[in-house]
Amino acid sequence: MRLIASIGKWLDARLQLGSTIRETAGHEVPRETASWFYVFGSAAFVVFLLQIVTGILLALIYVPSAAEAWNSLQTLNHTVPLGWYIRALHGWGSNFMVAIVLIHMVQVFLFGAYKFPRELTWIVGVFLLLVTLGMAFTGQVLRFDQDAYWGLGIGASIASRVPVLGPSIVQLLLGGPIIGGATLSRFFALHVFVVPGLLIAFVAVHLLMVVKLGINEWPMPGRLVRKATYIKDYHELTKKDGLPFVPGAIWKDMFFAAFIMLALGACAYYFGPFGPSGPPDPTIIQTAPRPDFFFLWLYAVLSFLPPSMETPVLLIGPVLGILALLLLPFVFGEGEKSWRRRPIAVLTILLVAVSLTAFTQLGLHTPWSPLMDAWSRIPIPNDYLHNRTALERQGALVFQVKQCHNCHSLANEGGERGPALGAVALRLTQDQLIRQVIQGGGNMPSYGKNLSPAETTALVAFLETLHPAGQRPAQDASRSVGIEEHIPAAASDSR
Amino acid sequence: MTVPSDLTRRALFMKIGIALNGIVGVILAAPILRYVLSPVVRDRTKNYDSWVTLGGLEQFPSGETRLATYRNPVVTASDGQTADIPCWVRNIDGKSFQVFAINCAHLGCPVRWFPHSGLFMCPCHGGAYYQDGSRASGPPERGLFEYDHKIDGSQLFIKAGELPTPGQPTQASNLVREIHPCA
Repeated sequence: MRLIASIGKWLDARLQLGSTIRETAGHEVPRETASWFYVFGSAAFVVFLLQIVTGILLALIYVPSAAEAWNSLQTLNHTVPLGWYIRALHGWGSNFMVAIVLIHMVQVFLFGAYKFPRELTWIVGVFLLLVTLGMAFTGQVLRFDQDAYWGLGIGASIASRVPVLGPSIVQLLLGGPIIGGATLSRFFALHVFVVPGLLIAFVAVHLLMVVKLGINEWPMPGRLVRKATYIKDYHELTKKDGLPFVPGAIWKDMFFAAFIMLALGACAYYFGPFGPSGPPDPTIIQTAPRPDFFFLWLYAVLSFLPPSMETPVLLIGPVLGILALLLLPFVFGEGEKSWRRRPIAVLTILLVAVSLTAFTQLGLHTPWSPLMDAWSRIPIPNDYLHNRTALERQGALVFQVKQCHNCHSLANEGGERGPALGAVALRLTQDQLIRQVIQGGGNMPSYGKNLSPAETTALVAFLETLHPAGQRPAQDASRSVGIEEHIPAAASDSR
Repeated sequence: MTVPSDLTRRALFMKIGIALNGIVGVILAAPILRYVLSPVVRDRTKNYDSWVTLGGLEQFPSGETRLATYRNPVVTASDGQTADIPCWVRNIDGKSFQVFAINCAHLGCPVRWFPHSGLFMCPCHGGAYYQDGSRASGPPERGLFEYDHKIDGSQLFIKAGELPTPGQPTQASNLVREIHPCA
């Protein structure tokens, strides 16, 4: 013991760090901030440390070459003892880190922590969010599989839409004319050197400001922030009702960080590593690329935007969003901090949360994509074929062979790109069905060139049978009047 | 000559030191910038595209659309399989051809050909194209990207080399839905 103490003394006499560390650890913080609401920032930091360690461990085996990367991931997963677990920790660590950073951001937003004098702390925090998302995206590319390959194609397609500079940005992003060796090498450099360097720098500045300016006090409704008096008030508060950060507040951070690490380790153990999916061979086109969880919402948005809106929204939307976050502390730098008195802030969070959740859910479900194998995999339910004429059954065959099932569902089975057709005869008359099939319209391609008159007749005959029992299919009233004298008689031939 | 009274010898040397390092910085920045921009700043008279063969014409029966693969003409040692690029070849009538990029004109996902319904469909966001490559439905703003092609002897050649993306000016000419006359 005495030896350790004397070594410590010897080191401190030369490093001169002991007093600074003691001062920082023991600095007074407002008593109410020793709260379970204030633990997310430190937890994100601890997960980041885990990412550094597991990242270095993965780099011992991983080969950043387009020809070898996928094989080296297989080696990690299957050959190196516990290689799969290190990959799982790194992958789950990424998800946990993004999630905790988002929760931390919501907490400091609702607690008004971005207001005077912590504007710059918030701005650096916004950069930290962007850099964290940058790590998540570049990391997804290093898992160099089919999803990564086509994901890069999506990134390139988006970047190419920048006016004038688009094609140059694509070449810079890919490091050449195609997605290949140079692309993976530069994403490796970004993921391992550039972005983590920025992340470490931003974290250092962020933490320094938290220590220098003091942690945001617990917001009390009615206690307004005024630039003239805030700093004096804050110091009075910490002096009157403060406690040293160590050990007064830090134990909650430590408990929570340990809990998060345990949860992360358990997720990694039970769910295992992410992928890799198929090899990054572009000639394997039987694939439906999908981004990682935290980018699914964007994937969904991209399918719902009208074509003409897409480029402006893609290019201007992120700029406006980031600008709004950066300007927030300057526009609302004073005033009420408590979320109890800031209904618009609470509603904004709710709106963003509901939107992101809904789009993520849609991204998991992808109702806009045709079900590529529905025509050969999902049969027409028996009920739709029972008691049907030969012509109608022939129409059902056309329905399958012409891949209608890829976009239209019957009895909740099949694609959801177009409307479900289980009751289409209630909505469209025979003439309307023929026109829709031949000419297309709305979001449907026209099939006039690909259906013979006989096939069209059969298909429409089948479609006309698609209505619930006991409900009459749609009829063209004028036609009935024209052809038959009595409307009831015309309707009676419906099934 | 008057010298400002506050300018000491040491302050002057410091200023010269800053200037020296600034000059050295600029001298070093130029080659660094040129290196970083090397994928963009190239010999502008030549682009990445060149003629590559897709193989013999007998692989592409008349009236059908078939998947073909070529090795990208610009390739590096570490590209591996990523330089094997697929494309769709449509033999319209035995004489005229169309060659489409595999990449959807929306966001570059691989489109698949469905011969029965005569459509190319994209698995990502549901873009669909007719057999001639023109847009049928979904989010794409235009038809499929089309390669210039020619027939030399009994081989089909296309001009390829660069990933087609919606913003490329070189691809703009391909918006025209005409069949290029064979050489």
